[in-house]
Amino acid sequence: MALDQSFVGRSYPPTDPYEVGREKIREFAQAVGDTNPAYTDPEAAKALGHSDVIAPPTFVFAITFKAAGQVTTDPQLGLDYSRVVHGDQKFAYTRPVRAGDRLTVTSTIEAIKSMAGNEILDIRGEVHDEAGEHVVTAWTKLVARGADAAEGEA
Amino acid sequence: MTAKIAYGDIEVGTELPAQTFPVTRATLVQYAGASGDFNPIHWNEKFAKEVGLPDVIAHGMFTMAEAIRVVTDWTGDPAAVVEYGVRFTKPVVVPNDDEGATIEVSGKVAAKLDDNRVRVDLTVKSAGQKVLGMSRAVVRLA
Repeated sequence: MALDQSFVGRSYPPTDPYEVGREKIREFAQAVGDTNPAYTDPEAAKALGHSDVIAPPTFVFAITFKAAGQVTTDPQLGLDYSRVVHGDQKFAYTRPVRAGDRLTVTSTIEAIKSMAGNEILDIRGEVHDEAGEHVVTAWTKLVARGADAAEGEA
Repeated sequence: MTAKIAYGDIEVGTELPAQTFPVTRATLVQYAGASGDFNPIHWNEKFAKEVGLPDVIAHGMFTMAEAIRVVTDWTGDPAAVVEYGVRFTKPVVVPNDDEGATIEVSGKVAAKLDDNRVRVDLTVKSAGQKVLGMSRAVVRLA
C-alpha cells in the first residue's frame, strides 16, 4: 500500500535532549577502531580548537535515527518497518558534536516516493544544541521493500 | 578547526592514503553495543539467512564510519568534514571465522570548491565489490 503523500513536509516535535558523554564517544570510537585522540583526549581536542572531545562524524546517527522513530512508528503513516532497509545517509555539519552537548532532534518527512514496488521515505533530522544553535543535519533515506521486490541490505 | 592539509597544496586528483579495515563478528557485536543498533541481521546468522541474506552483514553505518577515517586521518582534525554522504549499495558479508571481512577504502580529491573546501570521492569495496555508492565528503582544509 502506498504511503500517504500528504505526510510530505510534516515535522515532528523536538526530542528530549540527548546528553553527549565523553565515555560514550570513547566507546563509539573504539567500536570503529578509530584512535584519533580528538575523540578521547580533551587536551588533544583543545589543541585543535575544540572545547572538549568531539565525536566521530557518524556518531550522531544513533541520536537522529532514534528520533526518526517518531516517523517510522507513526501509526498514521503506516510504514511496514519489517521491510525497511537503509538506502542513503548524509550529514551536513555546522560544527562537530562534542562531549557535554545536549542535543535535540526535529524530524521532518522530506519526500515519499514509490519506485519499482518499493516505498522510499526521506527523513531530515535537524540537530540543535541547548542554546538553539544548529549542529548538524542528517538526511536518512529508508526503503520499504515491496512484497515482490528483490532483497536489499541494511 | 585546524586541518593539517593546506588547500593550496591540493590538486584535483590528489589521492588520499588508502586504508583497509578488518571487520569480524566480534567487531559487529561491539558496534551494535556502541551504536544501539541491535538488528539481528548483524549478529545472528540464522536470522540473516531467514530474511534472504547470504550471511551476517555489517551495519551500513559501520562501513560509513570506517570509510570516513581515510578523510579524518588525512586532515587530522575530524571537524574538517563539513558534509558526508553515502548510498548503501551492497552488503559487507561477514563470515563466522577468525578473518571476517575487510573494507577497502581509497579516496581522491574530485573538486576544489570555494572557502578552502574540497570534495573527496571515496571508493569503498569489500570482497572485490563496491559496497557504497555516491560516497562523498566535503572537507574544509587549512
